[in-house]
Amino acid sequence: MEICRKGDALQVSDLDPFLAELLRQIPSSTNPEGEAEAEARLFSRPSAEKEICEEWESYVEPELRRLFRSATETVAEDLAQLNGKEKSLRNRTLSIPFEHADAWLNALNRARLVIASKYKFSDAELNDHDRSPIGSRRDLGLFQISFYGFLQEFILREMKCG
Amino acid sequence: MIAFFYEGAAIPPRADLKEGIAAVSEMEIERGSTSTVEAPAKEKETRDQDELDIPWQVVVHNDPVNLMTYVTMVFQRVFGYPREKAERHMLEVHHKGRSILWCGVRERAEFYVQQLHGYLLLATLEKVV
Repeated sequence: MEICRKGDALQVSDLDPFLAELLRQIPSSTNPEGEAEAEARLFSRPSAEKEICEEWESYVEPELRRLFRSATETVAEDLAQLNGKEKSLRNRTLSIPFEHADAWLNALNRARLVIASKYKFSDAELNDHDRSPIGSRRDLGLFQISFYGFLQEFILREMKCG
Repeated sequence: MIAFFYEGAAIPPRADLKEGIAAVSEMEIERGSTSTVEAPAKEKETRDQDELDIPWQVVVHNDPVNLMTYVTMVFQRVFGYPREKAERHMLEVHHKGRSILWCGVRERAEFYVQQLHGYLLLATLEKVV
């Protein structure tokens, strides 16, 4: 897989079916449904004061949900380029308009937070860069966090460059 | 006027406002009696002013998932801090577990925390003691 900036877009090329599938899983990975800890992490308490938290739940949380939903929809629309049979993904290029960079950062971050909450990864696991090969769904989750983090780093680097 | 007030209800109700409304209600109930109305209302006003004067701080807490470069970018965007200052705060969060990013009036602090939550940072607002 290669990733580079071309004009007003970020291009992810030479995608193999495995990485293409991980990319396609970004929208569903952002969903914390059924995972109380992940939900609590995405909508964290703003204060130790009960009154502030109650107001927050009523007035701020709906805004945040709207923001997150919009980012996920933008990413899902970009990922529609990867729809199709696995074989046809060979040498497929995913083009992400640079104006969608914020939506991608947001969705990737939520996906990483939800996966980390789901599998309760420790700090040591998250910082272990010499991991053994993927042998379980949990290992795959750790790989996803790492892969999505790599994409975030690239987007941030390009943002810095302008 | 009622419709306008209802529209304005989109703004979170504030404790100080609620107390202010309660104080006004007390005055309404007491209207007609001459000596007992004024003093309690003044006490309430003083307390409300004291509460408004208490500064609040915006605190960001450590999170092992958020990338350091991402956190730095968020601090630059939300607070308009130069890169060096944003990095200093990011490192303080990373090494000490938390950093105070801003201090001031409650409304502004709430606004900043909302922005930070939008970027998925663990942020809280706390009264300065």
